[in-house]
Amino acid sequence: MTDTKHASSVSTEEVLYMSSGSLPSGSQVRDPGYPTPSENYLTNSKGILSWIFTLDHKRIGVMYLVGVTVAFGVAGLLALLIRLHLFQPSGMVFQGEEANNWYNQVFTLHGAIMVFLFIIPSVPAALGNFLVPVMLGAKDVAFPRLNLCSFYLWVFGALFFVSALCASGLDTGWTFYTPYSTTTDSSVILATSGAFILGFSSIFTGLNFIVTINTMRPPGMTWFRMPLFLWATYATSIIQVLATPVLGITLLLLIAERTMHIGIFDPEYNGDPVTFQHFFWFYSHPAVYIMILPAFGIISDLISVHSHKRIFGYRFIAYSSIAIALLGFLVWGHHMFTAGMSSLTTIIFSALTFTVSVPSAIKVFNWLATMYKGSISLTTPMCYALSFIFLFTIGGLTGLHLGTLATDMHLHDTYFVVAHFHYVMVGGTLVAFLGGVFHWWPKMFGRMYSEFGGRLSALLVFAGFNLTFLPQFVLGSRGMPRRYATYDPEFAALHQMSTYGSMLLGFGLLVALTVLLRSVGAFSFLGLARGKRAPANPWGGATLEWQCTSPPPFYNFERAPSVGDPYDFSDLEWEAEDERYVIVEPEREIVPEELPESAPAHAEDSV
Amino acid sequence: MSTIEASPEVGHDEHGHDHDHPPFLAHHFDTPEQQFDSGKLGIWLFLVTEVLFFSGMFCAYAIFRALRPEVFEGCSQFLNTKLGAINTGVLLFSSLTMAWAVRCSQLEQHKGLVGTLAATLSCAMIFLGVKAIEYSHKWAMGLLPAGLFFYDPNNPHPTDHPNYLLFICIPFLIALAGVVIWLVLSLLTANRFHIAIAMPLTVVCLCFFVGVGLGAFLESGEESAEHLDGHADSDGLAGAAIVQSAESNAIAENAAAVAASGAMVPVDESVLEILSTDPTNSGVASGLSALEQQTAAAGTSTITGDGEVLGGITTTEVDVLTPTTAGVFFSIYYCMTGIHAIHILAGIGVLVWLLVRAVRRDFNRQYFGPVDYVGLYWHLVDLIWIYLFPLLYLIR
Amino acid sequence: MSAHAHSDDGHGKDGHDFAHPMSVQTLLAVFFALTFLTVITVAQASFDFGAFEVATVMFIATVKAVLVMAFFMHMIADKPFNAIIFIGSFVFVGLFVIFTLGDSMMTSGSFEPRVEELAPAVAEPMEVQVDGAP
Repeated sequence: MTDTKHASSVSTEEVLYMSSGSLPSGSQVRDPGYPTPSENYLTNSKGILSWIFTLDHKRIGVMYLVGVTVAFGVAGLLALLIRLHLFQPSGMVFQGEEANNWYNQVFTLHGAIMVFLFIIPSVPAALGNFLVPVMLGAKDVAFPRLNLCSFYLWVFGALFFVSALCASGLDTGWTFYTPYSTTTDSSVILATSGAFILGFSSIFTGLNFIVTINTMRPPGMTWFRMPLFLWATYATSIIQVLATPVLGITLLLLIAERTMHIGIFDPEYNGDPVTFQHFFWFYSHPAVYIMILPAFGIISDLISVHSHKRIFGYRFIAYSSIAIALLGFLVWGHHMFTAGMSSLTTIIFSALTFTVSVPSAIKVFNWLATMYKGSISLTTPMCYALSFIFLFTIGGLTGLHLGTLATDMHLHDTYFVVAHFHYVMVGGTLVAFLGGVFHWWPKMFGRMYSEFGGRLSALLVFAGFNLTFLPQFVLGSRGMPRRYATYDPEFAALHQMSTYGSMLLGFGLLVALTVLLRSVGAFSFLGLARGKRAPANPWGGATLEWQCTSPPPFYNFERAPSVGDPYDFSDLEWEAEDERYVIVEPEREIVPEELPESAPAHAEDSV
Repeated sequence: MSTIEASPEVGHDEHGHDHDHPPFLAHHFDTPEQQFDSGKLGIWLFLVTEVLFFSGMFCAYAIFRALRPEVFEGCSQFLNTKLGAINTGVLLFSSLTMAWAVRCSQLEQHKGLVGTLAATLSCAMIFLGVKAIEYSHKWAMGLLPAGLFFYDPNNPHPTDHPNYLLFICIPFLIALAGVVIWLVLSLLTANRFHIAIAMPLTVVCLCFFVGVGLGAFLESGEESAEHLDGHADSDGLAGAAIVQSAESNAIAENAAAVAASGAMVPVDESVLEILSTDPTNSGVASGLSALEQQTAAAGTSTITGDGEVLGGITTTEVDVLTPTTAGVFFSIYYCMTGIHAIHILAGIGVLVWLLVRAVRRDFNRQYFGPVDYVGLYWHLVDLIWIYLFPLLYLIR
Repeated sequence: MSAHAHSDDGHGKDGHDFAHPMSVQTLLAVFFALTFLTVITVAQASFDFGAFEVATVMFIATVKAVLVMAFFMHMIADKPFNAIIFIGSFVFVGLFVIFTLGDSMMTSGSFEPRVEELAPAVAEPMEVQVDGAP
């Protein structure tokens, strides 16, 4: 990527010099400067092998970023296929005898790839791997080999999904519900093996982060000086460690059910499909919080940094992350209200579902309060963050309709559900992921991107997203069931709106990708100049990752960094000539001013 | 601030602890204690995932036991309590030696460490040997997961089955042969390091067959006890060919008795048939037809010589000894014990790795983490068996 | 070995506190207690405790598990946090099993029921099974 970066004469040493210009006089400025190529983690070792066998959390994070982007691209194209097919009531893309079968396979793979290969690893594994040790002030995660292993398990799991695609496809929906999944001819075993392996990848990442945050904090980094992204990652990791193994055993039993007919889930052999759904959602509902909690963490940091104001209610946001992680284990039944659970169980789960809205609402209110009277810079990350708040609020509030037993009976398995979880997963997680990528891109690759292009992409994504999924709420409430390849002509107008919206959304995402790739020189062969060199602190963040160079040196910190309040922006000043934020300290006298004598004083006496 | 050389190597050295950074301490940790604490927390979290992993099967167990307790009571009689108990003892002893190994590594007793690790491995192999007897015996009788279940009380020992025990033993035979060849080669070349590893490993591999022998002996012991009671015919030649006699009738008599007791809860299929005549009740109808098909399939696959199709399984025995009932019990049995056995195998793998490192004397009182972590894993495997044993073998 | 000697020099004083060897007597005592409990649990299977049977064996198993955790797994000498997360995992196991088992018990009438439950099931309308896809 940026391997060809030219050396700069400025070394990594912390440059201390007398301030000038816009900065208050009589103060000293602290800034780490720029890394040399031999320090820059991207360039300090060369060759493809130095990436394949790297144990550096930053490189693993970058590899994850590339991986999840590819997965997102594939699943996104499948989504566009779905939307194109639904442009006409009788189906536009897939024709002929096998049309519905094709449609089933496409939406299944869209869901499965998006969930298992993109959303779950997106923020924790890609951004988390890069950021957790740097934000924490550690040299690496606790288990670097396990970290690399986790990445290759992800690749391995992805290969299983590709092989399922190449074999006979998958048409069960991403949920693999029995009894259909035990009888269908499509490659359920390959796909479930893939998901099983991806589960281990996810567990290892989560385990690594918990241990890292627990045992690798440098002196001064107390729990309540951790950036909120770390709190969110910690909460996510708890879920990954606790819930994912249950998915593992569920999928293993499903494979056994298909091969040996063990009769636990298969009603033909006295099994119970509802039991499968319990097993599956015991993982998969908490997994929803694996997807959204890190997004909360990103947004908390983004809002505070780009409003240049201390986060409001730090402890409430931190605790609410943990509360969501734990409450998330109590509500899985709301996916199964119509599946044949007992009425008492449905009532209990419905009631418990509402408890989750409390910590979620705490977060949203705190973000709004943070912005209130802040000096908001409408940078690209902030545009995405604002769009997140808007979209997540809609997604969260429509969740209340679905958590309510009576309305869910009508809305279950309609487009209302589809729209709801896309507002949370795409409008929430994807938008936050993009915001996070734009926010930390200068740190990751050392290049600034075009602000105009970034904002344009945020606008396009916001508009396209709403055009795609708002009509689906209406469709669902009018009774359009999900997962159907054809529909009544009365729904055509709304479906067409949605399809147009998806095109716009896809275009917006393409713009975002182009802007980012251009900044690191991917299009230099077209004569498009790459972005200018990123300073250490382009946004004015106070967390530790902004105290090392952009990109960070491969060992992150020369010495254990001095840890302060992660949301105290008072000593950060904008330095206009270099377009960067610097830490300004009152001038201090360095004692002793003179170098000590080369010979000890008593040596003179003795002469 | 001070001037800092740009070279990353130099910068790296300036962390200030490389001069006393021992080779076992990873570069990103500051002290051996931090490294140990991280590993320990990591392994505890891994054990948490293991607990939740197994919880799925315990949950399935609980559901089906609550729904059909009589099936579990009946089918549990097919499991040999003696074998289960002896395996429990073996695992407990291996836990003791494992805990002892941790102590040895902490106190830098290198020979003791190698010895205790080898003892742990040997116990693991004995456990697997006994399990091999149990499994092969049940497979031969057709006591299999629901889809493959073909047990027939009238013909509990079909003879036309492959020698499952041999299949299970083959990988271990290959391992034994390999280790013995390794031992001989290292003896010839007088490589003391290799001898020190291959010697205990030879014992360990032999222990699998000790376990097989033990299991076979206990099976036959039970059988001869029943002979004294006059329950069975006298074709079991206990002691002469223990492996073969292990495959004879002992458990079958148990089974017959149980089947009779299971008949106390008769299934009246006519009720199901009445239900299925209701056109809205298609689920029951299809379920009933499926049941009939399976019963027929089970019948035809087992009763080869008698010419009967359904006569082998009477309606009263449908309740306990059909694929949809007993089969589910054995599904859960195989899932639980099978995944437990896979964990034992994985444990054997890491224990061998530890053994090699112990011979190399890698561990000291600053660096005993790996022994401790593997120990914790091993105790968890033991812990799960502590629950599996009464839940599966001791239902009355 | 050189590494070992080296570490002795580097950390001889301050670093070896984190090893807590368990005494041989303790280990042996725990082992014999576990064996004794195993004998008890096998022996009790010959008596009929009726409904308490499951509770009895589970109680004995739990006592054994506690012994293994406390001594073999060094929980008594370990950091409390490690013990908390491990014990805490059983809370989630409990949640999972209780909800799933509870629901299964309440709806068991819908799935190949026992004979005595069939008669009332005829009178009641069948629980609606919603199958979304055609």
